[in-house]
Amino acid sequence: MIKTLTTPDGLVGIIFLFMVAVTLIGGLVASASERLVRAVIGLVICFVGVAGLYYFLNSPFIAMMQVLIYVGAVAVAISFAIMLAAPEEKKKFSSTNPLTGPLGLISAALLTSGLLTIALKTTWPIMPKVNNGSVKIIGIQLLTNHSMVFELISIVLLIAILGALVIARGGREH
Amino acid sequence: MPLLTLHNSLVTYLAVGALLFGMGVYGMVTRRTLIGMLIAAELLLAGASINFMAFNRFTAPDPAFGQIFTLFIMAIAAAEAAIGLSIIVAFYRHYKSIDTDDAVQLKG
Repeated sequence: MIKTLTTPDGLVGIIFLFMVAVTLIGGLVASASERLVRAVIGLVICFVGVAGLYYFLNSPFIAMMQVLIYVGAVAVAISFAIMLAAPEEKKKFSSTNPLTGPLGLISAALLTSGLLTIALKTTWPIMPKVNNGSVKIIGIQLLTNHSMVFELISIVLLIAILGALVIARGGREH
Repeated sequence: MPLLTLHNSLVTYLAVGALLFGMGVYGMVTRRTLIGMLIAAELLLAGASINFMAFNRFTAPDPAFGQIFTLFIMAIAAAEAAIGLSIIVAFYRHYKSIDTDDAVQLKG
């Protein structure tokens, strides 16, 4: 037992289980904590765990992008918005319908169990790989096969930046 | 020891993705603030991305497609977060609240 844990394969398995635990605990904190600041911290923890899972899925580039974009940009933007809007958490729970929590739990549990059933019952076909999915191949595909989408996504990002500026500046005058 | 070789099976990743998706749905239904709903939406997108990456690793013939698709999901999520947060800030400036109950009237 101890022997298998200290082999390289055993350590890889332990690190993987740790990443899964980090992802799920972070997701729980993000979805169920009452304070929004704690939810953002849970989101950051969850994203770090998801980056670890991407590393296990043979794509270190996507894992790096996950940390860079989600942890570095999206979570920081959300925490800035929390500081700007300063939401007070107290008063909402007075007017909450008592059925909201159980009904939300039931619908989420139904959806999750359905997805799990599909994942377990289906036999997924395994196809032979045509390349190894390295960063070089991603770059080549991005600028040849997917160049149209690549250009479109840059336009979407530009418009999102401009739109965010215009919307957030709107009420500044008065 | 089957617990330590879980990282080589597709079902593990699908289960993690499904659980994240369920947490996102729960947060989306029960949250009372707009920022909380945005956080839940990020969880939903993370669950979907894990599914894409898992199928990309185990079943797809070309392992670059799934990674490129996940990159596009990240870009769309970043754009969505930027627009959503600016709408939330504008909404807060107008109503002094980010409660979803105050967002029922949408006339400017």
